[in-house]
Amino acid sequence: MSDYNFAYLDEQTKRMIRRAILKALAVPGYQVPFASREMPMPYGWGTGGVQVSAATLTPDDTLKVIDQGADDTTNAVSIRKFFEKTAGIATTEETKKASIIQTRHRIPEAELTEDQILVYQVPIPEPLRFLEPRETETRKMHALQEYGLMHVKLYEDISQHGAIATAYAYPVKVEGRYVMDPSPIPKFDNPKMEMPAIQLFGAGREQRIYAVPPYTQVVSLDFEDYPFQASKADHPCGLCGAEDSYLDEVILDDAGNRMFVCSDTDYCRSRREAGQVGQLGEEAA
Amino acid sequence: MYVAVKGGERAIENAHTWLAEERRGDKEVSELSIAQIREQLSLAVNRVMAEGSLFDPDLAALAIKQARGDLIEAIFLIRAYRTTLPRFGCSQPVETGEMSCDRRISATFKDAPGGQVLGPTFDYTHRLLDFKLAAEGDVAEAPVAETRTQATPHITGFLQGEGIIEQEPASNAVPGDLTREPMSFPAGRAVRLQSLTRGDEGFLLGMAYSTQRGYARNHAFVGELRIGTVPVEMEIPELGFAIEIGEVELTECETVNQFKGSKTVPPQFTRGYGLVFGQSERKSIAMALVDRALRWEELGEDNSGAPAQDEEFVLSHADNIQATGFLEHIKLPHYVDFQSELELVRKLRREAAELAETLAAKEAAE
Repeated sequence: MSDYNFAYLDEQTKRMIRRAILKALAVPGYQVPFASREMPMPYGWGTGGVQVSAATLTPDDTLKVIDQGADDTTNAVSIRKFFEKTAGIATTEETKKASIIQTRHRIPEAELTEDQILVYQVPIPEPLRFLEPRETETRKMHALQEYGLMHVKLYEDISQHGAIATAYAYPVKVEGRYVMDPSPIPKFDNPKMEMPAIQLFGAGREQRIYAVPPYTQVVSLDFEDYPFQASKADHPCGLCGAEDSYLDEVILDDAGNRMFVCSDTDYCRSRREAGQVGQLGEEAA
Repeated sequence: MYVAVKGGERAIENAHTWLAEERRGDKEVSELSIAQIREQLSLAVNRVMAEGSLFDPDLAALAIKQARGDLIEAIFLIRAYRTTLPRFGCSQPVETGEMSCDRRISATFKDAPGGQVLGPTFDYTHRLLDFKLAAEGDVAEAPVAETRTQATPHITGFLQGEGIIEQEPASNAVPGDLTREPMSFPAGRAVRLQSLTRGDEGFLLGMAYSTQRGYARNHAFVGELRIGTVPVEMEIPELGFAIEIGEVELTECETVNQFKGSKTVPPQFTRGYGLVFGQSERKSIAMALVDRALRWEELGEDNSGAPAQDEEFVLSHADNIQATGFLEHIKLPHYVDFQSELELVRKLRREAAELAETLAAKEAAE
């Protein structure tokens, strides 16, 4: 792999991506088109996030990669190895030791700091896409702040189901201007998006980068009489007993017995190491 | 006790080792060489070069070997490699009129300067399995005609001379580069053609076929189809003039299509254009048909709402590397999203059941 440049991409490409990132930070929530490259992993598998991370990494950085909140999911392992190989940087599974965290579908439970950058992998960056399939139309709608269609959709959910039937990739409005797709994180994570860390979003196949600068207002769309509610499984973690973390449901046996465990593996491990034990867990050795 | 599944790293490594073993197959059978693939599976090599956007038969053959014959996977390997190559500049436009043709046919004129040259085509073969091939028999030598030294003029050139086909004015405008600029719409014809020439053959075939069946029919004649090699020239700044740096094999298809004319333009034929690396006949004809269908607006035709007329639809979905990546990504874990949907559906069902109960109780009371 030594034939490749630091972090795989050539410097010109990184500059192009950095320009897009700066523009994205200057216009929070706006989707900046960028000339996404073909990466050695498939489109839809994090190529946008990987390109943003590659353009952001310096040799002194420590990288953490999670998928579904976990460091050991196969695609997270694969991306982490990619950067270990092509950038030779340090990697970690500990949220607080990482300077750059690339994520798919989750925001870590531990609060991030001003020294950290959270890079999201984004499949479909356009929050209006499933209401209007044409990019030419949705770009116009953003330009004109024409978000009525989204509100009608949420209203129709309520009239049909009695609640807003969006559980993940729940749309947000950034700094009172752009409606943005937070990527397919569960809506449980939405309130965390007002944070001290920089949040960068990369969509490789769709050739878009967008960003939320630190301490930017991020409001989940709702109605006064149907306020937004972050939700999760109503259980404590079976391993560490945490009641404030997002949980995965695991089927234990043929009888369909289940347990609930933290999706954020680092959060769960650090709690157990600190002596917290859930109902089905054992004390950490 | 439940232990979260660990060991993704080892699982990946083992999967890769197994994959390599499967790729090799039975070791009693001799291994394929790159040269064998390049020489004997040349149409697969051509497709990989065309959709990989890189003219290098050896690399394409290597990619096919590595991909176990999965051509989309091979195209992906080539694309990922290609994007890392430095760019020195761009070549002069290739002059397909000076192509040294292996094949050249016209469906519009019985004969024309340069003649009809069938070349190595499947066209009039009977599709009967040739069991002799299973015995690895030798092939008969094909008779060789005298090499034609003069250029073979384009058929559309004759129509153009008569003014009966739309003119294609030459332009020195720098065309866009879809590998360096994000796609935006309207894309313009140059970018459209770039997208089509690297687009998925199957997708283009389906799109082109749909125009023939009436979804934006434009009645195409194959004015000319030619396959052969052309020199590639590049201007070297230090020299101040262009020199030949190599040659590529191309398939070019020009269709001649109807056009009713308008208030300002008398009736004349219009064109569709296909140009593809290698011997890629089906692809180049499909490309020409789709190109022509996408030109409805500039030619003042009606938009009949057909998929093949919809630039954003066609160009956004023609790339098989984008398509296959996104399609296959749904294999990746989605437990977090699924969990949130589970919670939501359970909640909605609970509420619906409660509502039904209340209504039933109310009815019973009445």
